Amino acid sequence: MKNWFLTLAVLALYVLHQDIWFWDSPRPLVFGFLPVGLFYHAVYSVAVAVLMVVMVSHAWPAALEREVEGEASDSTVGPP
Amino acid sequence: MTPALVVFAYLGVVLYIGIFAFRRFDQGSAEGYFLAGRSLGPAVFLLSLFGTNMTAFTILGSAGHAFSNGIVTYGLMASSSALIIPLTLFLIGTRMWALGKRHGFITPVQMFRDRWECGHIGTLIFALQAALLLPYIVIAVMGGGTTLNAISGGLVPYWLGGAVVAVVVMSYVFLGGMRGTAWVNAFQTVLFLVFGAAALLLIGSSIGGYSQAMERLLDSEVTAALLTRERVPPRFFLSYTFIPLSTIAFPHIIIFCFTARRMAQFKKTVVYYPLCILAIWLPCVFLGVAANAMLDVPGIAAKLDARALLASGSTLSAGMAAQLQQVAAGDDVIILMLEHYAPLWVAGLLGAGIMAAVMASDSQILALSTMFTEDVFTFYGGTRRFGERVQVQTGRLFVVLIAALAYGIALRASAGIFNLAVQYAFSGYAALFPLLVGALFWKRSTKWGALAVTVWTTTTVAAVAVFQAVVPSTAPGTVAAYWSVAGVDVITRTPGGTDVLGFMPVVPMTIGSALLMVIVSLLTPGPSQATLRRYF
Repeated sequence: MKNWFLTLAVLALYVLHQDIWFWDSPRPLVFGFLPVGLFYHAVYSVAVAVLMVVMVSHAWPAALEREVEGEASDSTVGPP
Repeated sequence: MTPALVVFAYLGVVLYIGIFAFRRFDQGSAEGYFLAGRSLGPAVFLLSLFGTNMTAFTILGSAGHAFSNGIVTYGLMASSSALIIPLTLFLIGTRMWALGKRHGFITPVQMFRDRWECGHIGTLIFALQAALLLPYIVIAVMGGGTTLNAISGGLVPYWLGGAVVAVVVMSYVFLGGMRGTAWVNAFQTVLFLVFGAAALLLIGSSIGGYSQAMERLLDSEVTAALLTRERVPPRFFLSYTFIPLSTIAFPHIIIFCFTARRMAQFKKTVVYYPLCILAIWLPCVFLGVAANAMLDVPGIAAKLDARALLASGSTLSAGMAAQLQQVAAGDDVIILMLEHYAPLWVAGLLGAGIMAAVMASDSQILALSTMFTEDVFTFYGGTRRFGERVQVQTGRLFVVLIAALAYGIALRASAGIFNLAVQYAFSGYAALFPLLVGALFWKRSTKWGALAVTVWTTTTVAAVAVFQAVVPSTAPGTVAAYWSVAGVDVITRTPGGTDVLGFMPVVPMTIGSALLMVIVSLLTPGPSQATLRRYF
């Protein structure tokens, strides 16, 4: 369930990247100087960082991490 | 001359970092030299991984692209990367790190060979990866020569500037291996972060804020379009989201993933990566757009005149048009603005920031050396016969040979050819992305599927290159249909490249790769259960 929610969140952000709604509007100028299309994508970058916080908190491959770091403390083998 | 002195001081600092790193690892250990002993801490891992991805294009090219195309540059190249790169690091980087730690892999080809029980197919993948990586190194040497020449006011000739950059990069990679490279990259990232913010604040305070500049751009229909994305079709915009798939497929990025001490180091990297992109790209793109309003800067006024003449529809000779296009190009707009608005000491900082950008080829040189040493020398019995110490010395020898080869090519070839080759490399690596997905997430993938992806990528990269060499580009603002079916334009030549059904070639290339991986794998036998159990 959790993974489905995160997958949907990623897909939603991918779709939101294609912001056709601000495609040809130069106004408003946010803070008096930042075109709204550029402001949107700046906020988008922050939204991605927030999504990444959620992903590392809720979908981190902790089992793989424990397994490999447990093995590594014993020995490291060479490439085959 | 002051900026040139600051640049030489900067070169001295990075050289010292390499020498310092040289003293910090076991000289006879391959993992010590090629992977910094898999021991990089969280801050260096984040900063250097990010710095590895930042090239001359980030600071100079992004502002130049925004100067000509407007704010769309950020959405095309920065925010798409802000989503895709951390996501691929999270999903693929962590798993590659785990496999590297578990099986001792140093290069991606070692993993492919083991996962699919193949030898020579791995060699083919290596050859393609190496061929797509070399243009980056050549471009960096060229950029170094041009930049040192420009910053010194012509006192340092191009050949000497290129040689200085090649020798400095070669030296710290030769001495410091991955540890030296990572530390230099981390230092360079800090410079990038300072550079963008400093340039934005200094220019803004000199012109009394940006509001008036933006209002001036809005007054004219032509420049108002730069504050929108109407110059770029939506399909082209969508195509660009495929390009960042190339990042995790680059061998130097995967090799870098192997260097983390712990998997937890990826956590901070994936969270801060989009914010680092925002901090560096937003000022550069914004300044590139704002430059269109700075008519009091003579160099920028000349560019705008050249652009207006090109757009006027006047009949121009081919030579004249090419000359005007060169004048109108905006790669140096930030330099011109800072020279005009900022004090001299900032020009020094600027020079160091630009050198950091153009010298971002160190990871690629080290990756090529690592690949040659591991995927060819070791695979074909070199290490078994001569020992690990000779393996490390061979890696160092390759560093010298690659730097010398890049310098030799940089002296003879034109920058345009290699800029194009870098574009092909992005599409090529994006088309190799299905190799990683197949290897890590799909048990049924086979070596024959991997071979099909490799042959497809090689063929399509070559086909696009030949097509663009044979069919001339169209005039700015126009396109020419090359192949149409039932009234639908399938292949179109554009001023900057080629479109397939309105998409950039990277889209059909990547989708074709994925389909081939699936179809060919389903038709061919997979690896043994013993191998699969080690991966799934």
